[in-house]
Amino acid sequence: MTTSLTSTVSGSGTPSAAGSPGADTDAKAGTRTLTRTRTRTAKRRKRPPHTPLHPRPSVPLTLVTGLVLVYTLLPLAWLVINATKDQNGLLDSFGLWFAEDSHFWDNIGRTLTYDDGVFVRWLLNTLMYVVAGAGGATILAVLGGYALATYDFPGRRAVFAVVLGAVAVPGTALAVPTFLMFSNMGLTNTPWAVIIPSLISPFGLYLMWVFAAESVPTELLEAARIDGSGELRTFFTIALPLLMPGTVTVLLFSMVATWNNYFLPLIMIKDPDWYPLTLGLNAWNAQAQTAGGEAVFDLIITGSLLTIVPIVAVFLLLQRYWQSGLAAGSVKE
Amino acid sequence: MRKHTTRRLLGALAVVSTLVLTATACGGGDASDGGAGGSSPKDVEAALAKGGKVTVWAWEPTLKKVAEDFEKKYPKVDIELVNAGTGDKQYTALQNAMAAGSGAPDVAQVEYYALGQFAIGKSVEDLSSYGARKYGTTFTSGPWNAVTEEEAIYALPMDSGPMAFFYNKKVFDKHGIEVPTTWDEYVEAARALHKADPKIFITNDTGDAGATTSLIWQAGGRPYKTDGTDVTVDFGDEGTKKYTATWQKLLDEKLVAPISSWSDAWYKGLADGSLATLSIGAWMPANLTSGVASASGDWRVAPLPQWTKGDKVSAENGGSSLAVPKAAKNKELAYAFTEFATTGAGASSRVAAGAFPATRADLESKAFLDTPFPYFGGQKANRIFADSARDVGADWSYLPYQVYANSIFNDTVGKAYVSPTTITDGLKKWQEASVTYGNDQGFTVNK
Repeated sequence: MTTSLTSTVSGSGTPSAAGSPGADTDAKAGTRTLTRTRTRTAKRRKRPPHTPLHPRPSVPLTLVTGLVLVYTLLPLAWLVINATKDQNGLLDSFGLWFAEDSHFWDNIGRTLTYDDGVFVRWLLNTLMYVVAGAGGATILAVLGGYALATYDFPGRRAVFAVVLGAVAVPGTALAVPTFLMFSNMGLTNTPWAVIIPSLISPFGLYLMWVFAAESVPTELLEAARIDGSGELRTFFTIALPLLMPGTVTVLLFSMVATWNNYFLPLIMIKDPDWYPLTLGLNAWNAQAQTAGGEAVFDLIITGSLLTIVPIVAVFLLLQRYWQSGLAAGSVKE
Repeated sequence: MRKHTTRRLLGALAVVSTLVLTATACGGGDASDGGAGGSSPKDVEAALAKGGKVTVWAWEPTLKKVAEDFEKKYPKVDIELVNAGTGDKQYTALQNAMAAGSGAPDVAQVEYYALGQFAIGKSVEDLSSYGARKYGTTFTSGPWNAVTEEEAIYALPMDSGPMAFFYNKKVFDKHGIEVPTTWDEYVEAARALHKADPKIFITNDTGDAGATTSLIWQAGGRPYKTDGTDVTVDFGDEGTKKYTATWQKLLDEKLVAPISSWSDAWYKGLADGSLATLSIGAWMPANLTSGVASASGDWRVAPLPQWTKGDKVSAENGGSSLAVPKAAKNKELAYAFTEFATTGAGASSRVAAGAFPATRADLESKAFLDTPFPYFGGQKANRIFADSARDVGADWSYLPYQVYANSIFNDTVGKAYVSPTTITDGLKKWQEASVTYGNDQGFTVNK
């Protein structure tokens, strides 16, 4: 029996190079040796020959890429530069350069303490929505995707059709019906009204489904079953590690979506105590538009900068899993 | 064993006393002389003694201190201030909550122009029986007229916005231009300023329903007349013509900056002197002080330019009241807070925090009149505002559906700012749309 297991596995090729942790390290070590040799060769020879892997540098392409790079980074640069200005500096100085004196740390302190530190409350709310909403969405997507890819049951095709259909419906179109439904249940103006709709991610489910079908070989599961492993154990010890890159991808997507979600909380939540950062910053902005209201553009800009820091950090931390996830299956057969 | 009995006894006592309290509260309500089933001042007292929670939807920042003071005075009452959006955003939320039958606040901030909409829909409580009738002379006449209709009092005035002329003295001095006292001089000043420096505009305007109606009000126009559900909309009177003739000149000669009020560009213009004047409500100093701190010392206040030389007529711009929705859970407590925030100590503490009073006592107090404004170079600006409050033109009324009318202002009159359409044509279209909408809503408009 054991022999048949090994032979099946090797027969189907190395199960997704990026999937298992062992293969991952091997691949990395391989790349490292490769790079080292390449650098050495480059030093020896002044002009390396242009191969498909090292095409001739193209000037127009570099220019276009450079332009796109500037276009992408400009808003970020603007944000960082203007987070150093106070309200006066914002109104008086040139937008793309620093004002005379920097108020950066002062701005951060004031953003965190303004209006009894309501920004911190909004930050914690957003974290809660992301952990509960995006985390829950990922767990559901992984479980559902795995089940749909590996188990055969009546109605599977119907589920497939429903999920595909659901991917096509924009969240905005569902917002009003969702609001009415939650209103009838008396859940509007509570965090549940944001968390529960965030749990549903048809795209995540579809992605996990496709990913699970690709990266968890049925033969492997059959072998595990024959060896006497229960379904739960098979899922946690064999399938889940294989599904890791896909899981991280879905997690990243739903985290970004929940972190940036504006419309759903906007219609669901009226109590500023439950605002996420997106709504909170908008409320600060609206403050400048009323009689007697205080214009705090400096705090809004600093707050926006603080708002994107966690999401950038998450991206940087998770992107290596994501990259290997995107590459999975691309060079299999 | 004995302990048990005592505890049970105490529990029973608590239940009984609560029942008694509730019963008396209800009894008081029934026996009240308030006529239409409203509560009496006695019920308000009882509610205060019992305590409870009051949810207040308001965006006015000075209410924060008032809520704290109120909770200190009545420790059993818990005030929850909610900023549910400003202006029409809040009204939409309020209408929705009332229609849905749940989630309405106990107290809501409603601007004077929008109050009619809630009053005619009977969705705000008539406060006469609660004890509001005694405040007839407490408030200045403009705001008081705005919250009362025949026998009913639909809200208590929180602040007011008599108009004044704010100008950047540094800019005027630099180019040697006189501060205008009439709107004709204003047009002259606009030309002179723009000629002296093409970057400078006398003011900004991209079509603002509040500003337009206020200036028509000052010019003597009374486009809206309401008598119950009979409504007249007429932008053809002499006052309106005075306004359109002058403002059309400014638009034709491109003398007003195409910047929307309250945008960041607007704040920038006020700071760097490219927007030289504002004709706006007396609440503006608070916005200038916090939002445009860098221009401190540059600005001064003058009386609003007049349509006829030598006149002394003014108008209101903005200002809001506190109303108690019919759907409020605890109307007695809601009234108690409304009363506290708009009269006496509550009103004074709000004035100290920069709000512009609607109460005669605060408006006439020596301390108020003599307050120097460091932002305006030490000028005692409140004297000008107080004069303006006295000179507000009488008999103005808004539409009972002004929130809707204002929301379509940019689709009609706004065209005059971006196309060859004239303001007069725009106003005509606005009038037509307002008439159609009113008739559709069950009003009898222009019949």
